[in-house]
Amino acid sequence: MTNSLDSYLVLSGLLFAIGTFGFLARRNAISMLMSIELMINAVNLTILAFGAFVAKLHVDASVIALLVIAVAAAEATVGLAIVVAIFRNKKTPLVDEYDSMKD
Amino acid sequence: MPIGDSIPVAGIRWDDVLFVVLAASLLGSALLVVTLRDIIRCGLALIVSLASLAGIYALMGAPLVAATQVLVYIGAISVLILFAIMMTQTKNAPSRLTFQTQAWFAAVAAAVIAIVITVAILATSWPAAGQRLVTATADVAHKLFADYVLPFEVVSVLLTASVIGAVYLAHREPAAPREDRP
Repeated sequence: MTNSLDSYLVLSGLLFAIGTFGFLARRNAISMLMSIELMINAVNLTILAFGAFVAKLHVDASVIALLVIAVAAAEATVGLAIVVAIFRNKKTPLVDEYDSMKD
Repeated sequence: MPIGDSIPVAGIRWDDVLFVVLAASLLGSALLVVTLRDIIRCGLALIVSLASLAGIYALMGAPLVAATQVLVYIGAISVLILFAIMMTQTKNAPSRLTFQTQAWFAAVAAAVIAIVITVAILATSWPAAGQRLVTATADVAHKLFADYVLPFEVVSVLLTASVIGAVYLAHREPAAPREDRP
């Protein structure tokens, strides 16, 4: 099982689907950001799975995964800062109450 | 006493056992992240999920990425998320509804995505070796600072810019100086 690429890819597909559900279904903005982190991690798992089993991608996969982790850190920083800034104005973390453009 | 490759009686390989345990803990805690009502517990479940993923990376033969996962995700991003949770949750905010009203459609969409991805993966014959390759950290370093040096520098500029942007966005506006008081 650990020596087949399929099991890792299916695992990351399931993780991505869970992240999609969380992003679409949660009301809290920080929950949505956590779901995005799950999806990024699923993609990272796919990259590393290909790197572990395809000889041509072997070292590149680790490098790309490290770069993805760095970009995800930047994304989390800016995303959480935006949520905190909106919370300061609207006094709620729930995204379905951010509807002031509608009025 | 060295332990063998597989469990003596059953003949199941130890790394298979480890993979199943880590995968179950990863998917279980990811489900907790998206379903729990209390958002602090969601953040803690996210830490468990990221730690299991670091274990899977180590099992896959990418030790440097596993260490980076622990340092950056568990050490930095999770703490950032927990602090943001503590800054944005108010007791009087209505927290009875965890999900949007269209959560059923989201569940259906996620299930469709999971099924499509799984079927597509199992139906494809990947040009893959049947054996995992272990990545030496020295090779990663050579690759990163020779072939990937431009992306590396771009990422460092991006990190600097995003940290400055985050500080600008999140810092509290100082109270406007009052006119009547010199």
